[in-house]
Amino acid sequence: MNPEGFLVLSAILFVIGLAGFLLRRNAIIAFMSIELMLNSTNLAFVGFARFHGNLEGELAAFFVMVVAAAEVVVGLAVIVAVYRARRSASVDDANLMKF
Amino acid sequence: MIPMIPLVTASSVAFWVCGPIAVLCALGLLLARKPVHAAISVAGVMIAIAVLYAAQDAPFLFVIQIVVYTGAILMMFLFVVMLVGVDSSDSVVETLKGHRIASTLVAIGLGILLISAVGQFTLGREPAGLAEANDAYGGNIQSLAALLFTKYVFLFEATAALLITAAVGAMLLAHGERLKKKVSQSEQLEDRVRSYAEDGVSPTPLPNSGVFARSNAISTPALLPDGSVAEKSVSRTLTMRGALVNVEELRSATNAAYAVLEARDAEIEGDDE
Amino acid sequence: MQLLETVSAFASPGLMVWLLIAIPLACSAILLLAGKATDAWGHLLATAAVAVSFVLGVVLFVQLLGSPAEARSINTGVYEWIATGSWKVEFGFQADQLSILFVLLITGVGTLIHIYSIGYMAHDDRRRRFFAYLNLFIAAMLILVLADNYLVLFLGWEGVGLASYLLISFWAHKPSASKAGNKAFIVNRVGDLGLSMAIFTMFAQFGSVRFEDVNAGAGELTPLWATLIGVFLLIGACGKSAQFPLQSWLLDAMEGPTPVSALIHAATMVTAGVYLVVRSNAIYAVAPIAQTAVVVIGTITLLFGAWIGTSKDDIKKVLAGSTMSQIGYMMLAAGLGPIGASFAIFHLLTHGFFKANMFLGAGSVMHGMNDDVDMRHYGGLAKAMKVTFLTFAMGYLAIIGFPFTAGFFSKDHIIEAAFEHSTLIGVLALVGAGITAFYMTRLMMMTFFGSQRWQKGVHPHESPAVMTVPLILLAIASIIGGLVMNNWIQEWLEPTTGQVAHEASLLHFTTIGWITLAVVAVGVALGWILYRGETATVQPPTRNPLVYAGRNDLFGDAVNEYAVIRPTLATAEGLATFDHAVVDGAARGSATVASGLGQWLRKAENGYSRTYGLVLAAGLLVLGVVMWLGQLG
Repeated sequence: MNPEGFLVLSAILFVIGLAGFLLRRNAIIAFMSIELMLNSTNLAFVGFARFHGNLEGELAAFFVMVVAAAEVVVGLAVIVAVYRARRSASVDDANLMKF
Repeated sequence: MIPMIPLVTASSVAFWVCGPIAVLCALGLLLARKPVHAAISVAGVMIAIAVLYAAQDAPFLFVIQIVVYTGAILMMFLFVVMLVGVDSSDSVVETLKGHRIASTLVAIGLGILLISAVGQFTLGREPAGLAEANDAYGGNIQSLAALLFTKYVFLFEATAALLITAAVGAMLLAHGERLKKKVSQSEQLEDRVRSYAEDGVSPTPLPNSGVFARSNAISTPALLPDGSVAEKSVSRTLTMRGALVNVEELRSATNAAYAVLEARDAEIEGDDE
Repeated sequence: MQLLETVSAFASPGLMVWLLIAIPLACSAILLLAGKATDAWGHLLATAAVAVSFVLGVVLFVQLLGSPAEARSINTGVYEWIATGSWKVEFGFQADQLSILFVLLITGVGTLIHIYSIGYMAHDDRRRRFFAYLNLFIAAMLILVLADNYLVLFLGWEGVGLASYLLISFWAHKPSASKAGNKAFIVNRVGDLGLSMAIFTMFAQFGSVRFEDVNAGAGELTPLWATLIGVFLLIGACGKSAQFPLQSWLLDAMEGPTPVSALIHAATMVTAGVYLVVRSNAIYAVAPIAQTAVVVIGTITLLFGAWIGTSKDDIKKVLAGSTMSQIGYMMLAAGLGPIGASFAIFHLLTHGFFKANMFLGAGSVMHGMNDDVDMRHYGGLAKAMKVTFLTFAMGYLAIIGFPFTAGFFSKDHIIEAAFEHSTLIGVLALVGAGITAFYMTRLMMMTFFGSQRWQKGVHPHESPAVMTVPLILLAIASIIGGLVMNNWIQEWLEPTTGQVAHEASLLHFTTIGWITLAVVAVGVALGWILYRGETATVQPPTRNPLVYAGRNDLFGDAVNEYAVIRPTLATAEGLATFDHAVVDGAARGSATVASGLGQWLRKAENGYSRTYGLVLAAGLLVLGVVMWLGQLG
């Protein structure tokens, strides 16, 4: 299987994740969309690793996972804190930082 | 020796099976009304991607993807979904004017751009494959570990610092401030005695549920010394639901047992006569 | 003489010149800085300081008298004032024949007026301050006349302006007084601009402002520059000496205490313009146009002042008009060149005596009349205030030019010189003399003769000796001043004013002299006839345009109002409107545009993270497309 297919799949998943982030108001779903985008890039990393016969692509995917885990931990804590304060998990409700 | 190139490899089978699954599940994330459904869809995407990793000669990432991503991170998402409210669902109405159309257009545009960028050129050769790289240290995991602990060791240490910071930060963020002063034990005691003096509320705990030979469930009422039922020994909810065990039933068994014993005693005494 | 020689034995002339100025200046500083501690004896110290200056002046004068004619100039540099590159201005003094006469006039009349003020200001809470200002004035005036260059002269010039301002508005609780002070100060600024322009021009032309250098270099000036300097100096002189067209401040300056009017606005400061013109005779000698301008200005002013004098009822304003008129005579004479310059100084000195005498006499009258200045409320005071009347009468005789009094000699010489210059100017000067006789007679008749028109509660009484003694001394000077100086002054002043060719013996009665006497007699007669009868206590309305114009200071204020103040205000308002509309408009407009743009742009910051994400993604898309197109290219 040539890597172009993986790249196209990766692009499709990324775009769906982007659309999810832009369209969904629930903060948790927005977060999951971001995870989806990260995963799609991981897929591309792994595809390129195989193509080049080089493990550094896999290692990059590994680091992306670690960073994503850290991000998720903090992000979810933020969501919980916001929910506790405002009884809402909608990203649109957190719009005080504006003109 | 030139290896035979099969028409349909396991890799392409995996791609054509798992690729559509991943896309469908991703669309599920995009379209599902309830967060729980979205989370499940994401789990599907993750697993499909894990399979694709496996098909791409990345067994370590395959395991990590399932264990860490699907198993840990996604479950954490589910926890938060439960915490925030499993029943909440997004409104379909878009509040920002023109946002939906613009977002869709931008997303599609970006997709076309990316895909056409991929289609613009061909990589021109078959993948090199990871066999050589894996064999350097006797396997995929060993080779990855060698890379991780030699060339990328500082990056690895930095991620450790990042993770610990994230953990501390999460604790800090999720930590709730105490809004009222904590009531101490002596204050509780004083309150209890005061309410007894003023309102006649008993300062002692409520009586336990009844303890019978055959049952000490919370639905069994305790008996007072005169044999009547102590109302406070059972939850009122249970009383209202009519879920209380009938004391007479419990008693009847005991009484029957006693009756048998007494009959036997009498029989024995009668034999002696 | 023994005393004077003793003094001069241990005091070099240069030191004396220096001390002459320093003593009143230091005294002024002491009185102003020490404050209330000096209230009790401050006026005595101030008077003593001026008296010492007078003594020093007399010593200097005697020394100069004793010197040969070519050595009659004491030059002394105090220190180097300004030195930048090739420029060097020395803070130096020069006591020559011209200066020393002024020194004697200033310190002599100044001493008498100081003594007079002790009585006149006895009941004023701020007497010490008054004396401090008077001393400041004396010091500044001495700097003015003793300077050896124009820049130091300018320092004194501004100093007397300051003292004049402070003293005119001395009773600043009266709005009219503070307004009058401001007016004097502002009008004087116009003149000062002229003087400073003249000094700049001198710097540019000669590289020095020393009188010596200027006099020496004047001959090499081109006519244009000579005329320019002459006209600038004339503007300066007009401001300080209340000459047309800068005359309007002098009448208002009478708001100050009467000793101030006598000292500053009659005897000394207002004559500084004449001093300036005479001192600059070398310039005028090579600038006939400027010289003619001086003559014309002098003639106009002498008639204007006399005209105003005929129609005012305020005794001090009549005297102020008279002062303008007499300074006009001096200017006229100064403008005639060497012929008239010494007569200008002569008349200046005699005028200093008799005008100070009359002002102080007017002050004495006011003192007895509860500070009423309206002559219509006077009348019949000759009996009530004998000393004042008699001394005033001496001044009167002197000013109208009664034979052998001071004014007779000095003014007749000027009129004769004017006739020599041009018949028209001579006739106008003659007419001025007649009008002078008329308005002075009017003043005498209304004040000292006729019926008593005193207001209720007014009991005229003679002033105390401290006031009458200076009056008597000045009266004597008014009578004999001319006689004493007549034959001597031309020769004395010759080195500073230039060659003289004018016969001026004591008993030399020319045709013009006789005509002058006749004209004066007509003026006196007219005044007597018109004002011997009853005088209304309230100023009657008039249809006579001449009288109406005179009462309104010949519309000097109105001319200023319409010619200067209104256009200035209109220009200022126009500029302010321009500033508001265009400058502010541009500034505020750009601010409005910026803030409007901000108002519009800030809508982008709507607080929705999804919008931010959309913009981010759109930017990414645009960037990607651009890069892709770049790749294609």
